[in-house]
Amino acid sequence: MLVTILRRLAQTLLVLAVTSLLVFVGIFMVGDPVEMLVNPQADHEERERVRVEFGLDQPMWVQYGRFIGNALSGDLGNSFVYGRPAIDVILERMPATLELAALAMIIAVVIGIPLGLYAGLKPDGRIARGIMAGSILGFSLPTFWVGLLLIMVFAVQLGWLPSTGRGPTVSALGLNISILHWEGLKHALLPAINLALFKLSLIIRLTRAQVRENVMLDYMRFARAKGLATRRVIGVHLLKNIMIPLVTVIGLELGSVIAFAIVTESIFAWPGMGKLVIDAIFQLDRPVVVAYLLITVALFILINLVVDLLYAVLDPRVR
Amino acid sequence: MSPWARFRADFAASRLALFGLIVLTLILVVALIAPWIAPQNPYDLGKLDLMDARLPPGSAAMDGGLVYRLGTDGQGRDMVSAILYGLRVSLLVGAASGLIAMVIGGGLGIVAAYLGGRFEQVLMRIVDIQLGFPAILVALILIATLGKGVDKVIIALITVQWAYYARTARSAALSERNKEYMDAARGLGLGRASIVLRHLLPNALPPLIVVGTVQIAHAIALEATLSFLGLGLPTTEPSLGLLISNGYEFMLSGKYWISVYPGIALLLTILSINLVGDQLRDVLNPRLAK
Amino acid sequence: MSAPLLQVQGLVTEFGTRDGAVRAVNGVSFDLAEGEVLGLVGESGSGKSVTGFSILGLIDPPGRIAAGSIRFEGRELVGAPPEALRRLRGHRIAMIFQDPMMTLNPVLRVDTQMVEAILAHERIPRAQALERCAEALHRVGIASPGERLAQYPHQFSGGMRQRVAIAIALLNRPSLIIADEPTTALDVTVQGQILYEMQQLVRDAGTALIWITHDLAVVAGLAERIAVMYAGRVVEQGSVDAVLDAPLHPYTRGLLDSVPANNPPGIALRQIPGMTPALAQLPPGCAFAPRCSQAAADCSREPAVQRIGAREVRCIRPLQVTAPAAHSSGEARP
Repeated sequence: MLVTILRRLAQTLLVLAVTSLLVFVGIFMVGDPVEMLVNPQADHEERERVRVEFGLDQPMWVQYGRFIGNALSGDLGNSFVYGRPAIDVILERMPATLELAALAMIIAVVIGIPLGLYAGLKPDGRIARGIMAGSILGFSLPTFWVGLLLIMVFAVQLGWLPSTGRGPTVSALGLNISILHWEGLKHALLPAINLALFKLSLIIRLTRAQVRENVMLDYMRFARAKGLATRRVIGVHLLKNIMIPLVTVIGLELGSVIAFAIVTESIFAWPGMGKLVIDAIFQLDRPVVVAYLLITVALFILINLVVDLLYAVLDPRVR
Repeated sequence: MSPWARFRADFAASRLALFGLIVLTLILVVALIAPWIAPQNPYDLGKLDLMDARLPPGSAAMDGGLVYRLGTDGQGRDMVSAILYGLRVSLLVGAASGLIAMVIGGGLGIVAAYLGGRFEQVLMRIVDIQLGFPAILVALILIATLGKGVDKVIIALITVQWAYYARTARSAALSERNKEYMDAARGLGLGRASIVLRHLLPNALPPLIVVGTVQIAHAIALEATLSFLGLGLPTTEPSLGLLISNGYEFMLSGKYWISVYPGIALLLTILSINLVGDQLRDVLNPRLAK
Repeated sequence: MSAPLLQVQGLVTEFGTRDGAVRAVNGVSFDLAEGEVLGLVGESGSGKSVTGFSILGLIDPPGRIAAGSIRFEGRELVGAPPEALRRLRGHRIAMIFQDPMMTLNPVLRVDTQMVEAILAHERIPRAQALERCAEALHRVGIASPGERLAQYPHQFSGGMRQRVAIAIALLNRPSLIIADEPTTALDVTVQGQILYEMQQLVRDAGTALIWITHDLAVVAGLAERIAVMYAGRVVEQGSVDAVLDAPLHPYTRGLLDSVPANNPPGIALRQIPGMTPALAQLPPGCAFAPRCSQAAADCSREPAVQRIGAREVRCIRPLQVTAPAAHSSGEARP
C-alpha cells in the first residue's frame, strides 16, 4: 500500500516536471520571456531593465532552474492584472469551481445511475430505448450552446432562476460554499445542469453496459436461485459489483468536469478558476495561465490517486 | 448473405442510425455545394448591409432583394449563408484533424503492437498520460502557447485525438499479433511491411473506424467550443462556434436566431455522426451485441 | 405409494434466436420420489442444465417454458406467480452450480451471502442465522467456520467454495437439490471427496437430488435412477444398474462404449460417429438417427416412449436386454 502511494507520488512529480517544462518551453521560447514579467504597456527601457534584472539573458536551463526553484517555494510569479501572486489568485477562485463541479457530478450520478440501471435491466422496453436515445442526444449537444439555451429559457423567458453569477456563500469546512445556501443553490443550478449534461449521458451508458455485462454472470443467477428478493439481487449483488468500475470512471470524470467548467463559467459568469484562466489568456496574464495549468495538473493526479485507493477499498480481491 | 449485405442489414436494424445516416449525408452534401446554394457570400464584407442587421427570420432585405429565411446576425449577414459556410469550415476542420490523427495515431499503435518491447511500452505510457488529461485542457495549453489560427487549431485537435487512435489500433493489432498464424507468416519469411499491411491493418480498421466517428464528432464539438471562447478559428472564417458566440449578446434582448440556428446545425451534425458511430460500434463488435 | 415429490411432464423450453425458436428441452418427462437420487446425463447441448433451470423457474428471456407441467409437492410450477416461485427457491428447492468461482459474489463476504439465504425465507434474528451458517459450514467439513464466515470467496480454494455452495443449498433443509455439474470444475481428487460428502449429506437429510452431469462414472456410484438426454429429449430412463449394465438405447450404448475404461488398451477407442447436432437444425424424427448404427427409414418419424418394466426408452428398436457383455461388468463403474 505504502509502496503504491510512494510510486504514485514519484509519478506525480515526474508528470508535473514534464508539464512545467512543456509549458515553460512553450511560453518562454515561442514568445518573448519579458512579456511574462512585464506589463504589456511597458516601454522599451522598462523591458531592458526587467530583462537584466530577471536574468533573462541567461541560458535557458538556468532560467528554467530558477523558475522551478521559485515554483517549489510557491512563487509562480505575480499576476499582471491583479498585481498579486498568481497562485493566490487561482486558489481564491478554486472553491467556486470545485463546488460547481461537485454539484454537477452529484446531479449526473443521482440521475444517471438509476436511469442506466433501468436501461440495463429492461433493455428492450420502449423506456430503455428512449433513455439510450436521450443519452446519445445528451453527449451530442454542444455544452456551450445548451448553456445559452438554458439562460434564455429559464432565466430570460421564465425568470425562474438567475442567469449569471454566483450566489451568497455560507462558511463551511473553512471555505465559502455557495451551494449550501438556498440563493446560492439557485445561482448554481443552471450552470451545474449544463455541466452535468454530458457526464450524465456517459454515466447512463456506462451503467447500462455494466449491468448488461453482469446480469448474465453466474453469481446473479445463484442469488436468484437462493430465493432472494429481486430488490436485493439488484440492489446489493449487482450494485456492489458495478460500483467498482463506476466509481473509478466517475472519479476520473470529475477531473474532466473541473476542466470543462471553463466553458460553463464563461457563459454563466461564474467566478471560478475557469473563467479566470480564459480572461487571463485574453489579457496575456501569463503567470495566471501557468499557475492554473500546474495546479490543475496536480489536482488531476491527486484525483487519480484517490480513485486508485478507493478502488482498493471497494474491491476485496485487490486488498 | 454476403458479409457486406449482412452488415447493411445489421446497420439498418436501428431506425435511429438510419435517420442519422440520412441526416449526415444531407449535411455533407449541403456543405459541399454551399457556395452554389447559399443566397449570399457571408465573407464578402462589401455585400453586407448594416441596415439589415439583426432582422428576425422571414424578413426581407432593406433594399427588397433577399428574404432572410433565418434572419440576420449583428452585421447583416444572412443566417442561412453563414450557417452553410460555417458548416463547411467546421466539417473540414473536424474531418481533417480526425483523419490525420487516425493515420498518425493508428499507425503508431499498429507499429507499436508489431514491434513490441521498449517502443511499445514508452508509447503506451505517453498515451496513458495524455489520455488522463481532459481534451479541453490539452487544447487550451496548445492554443495558449502556439497562438491562434486555423493551422494551430488543427494541430491542437490532432494532438487531442491521436492517443485514442493509438490505443485502439494497438489493442486490435495486439490480438492479431498473438495469433498463431502470425508466427507462421513470420516463419515463411514474409516481409515486415507485408505482415503489417495485410494482417494487422485490416484487423485494426473496424475498431478504428468506430473510434473515428466518435472522435470526429468530438473534434467538431471541441473546435466549436474553442471558437465560441474566441480561441479557435479566426473571425475571417467563421465556424459555427463563432456564429453562436456572436449571437450571445443578442440573446437577452430576444434575438435568439443568431445563436439558436447555428447551434441546431451544429447539434444535427454531431448527433448524426454519433448515431451512425454508435450503431457501427454495435454492429462491428459482436461481443457487445445484445 | 406416495405421490412423487417432483413430476415433470412434457416440458418444452425454447429460446428465441435470430433464426427462429430453438427447443433446448423438447418434451422431457420424469418423476422423482422423495429422497431419491436421479442422475441426469448428457453431453453439452443436450438440454440437461436447461431442464434444471426450468424446474427452478430461472429461464430468462429470450427463453421461456413453452409447454408442459412441473409439479412439485403437488403444486404446479409452470405459470406460477413469480413470488410463489421465489419462495420455493433456496427454500424447498435449492440449486448448486458448476463453477464455484463465479457463483459466489466476489465482492460480498461469505456470511452475508449465507445469512441472506436464510433471511429471505425466515424472520429470525441475524445472530441466530449466523449460528446456523457456522453449523452448516461445519457439516460440509470446513474448519474454523467462525473465521471463514468473515472472509471473501477469493480466499477459499475451489473445493472449499463448492462446499460453501453446498452448505448454502442445505441451509433451509430443502426437499430437492438440483446439482448442475458441481464437480466438473474441480480437481479429480476433490471431486471424489465432494461426491462422497454430498451422498452422505443427502442421505442423512432425506433430500432428493438431481445430479446433472456428462460423466457416467460419477452417476454410477451416486444415483439410484438415471435419465439419459440427447438433443433436448430423454432417450432412456431407468435404475442405474439396469441402464448401465444393459442399455436399451443405442446412444446410451455408444456412451458406455466410449468410456476409456471400457476399452481394452491397444485398440482404437470406440466413439459415436458424427457430432452432436445443432439444435436449430435437427432432422425430423429421431434426433440420434444420423449417428445411429441401426437407423432405418422409419426413424424419420418421432419415436414414442416405450415402457419396458420400470424402464423407459425412446427408440423403435431398443437393444435387446442381453446378459452383460464380458468386458463391461466391473469396469463400467470405475
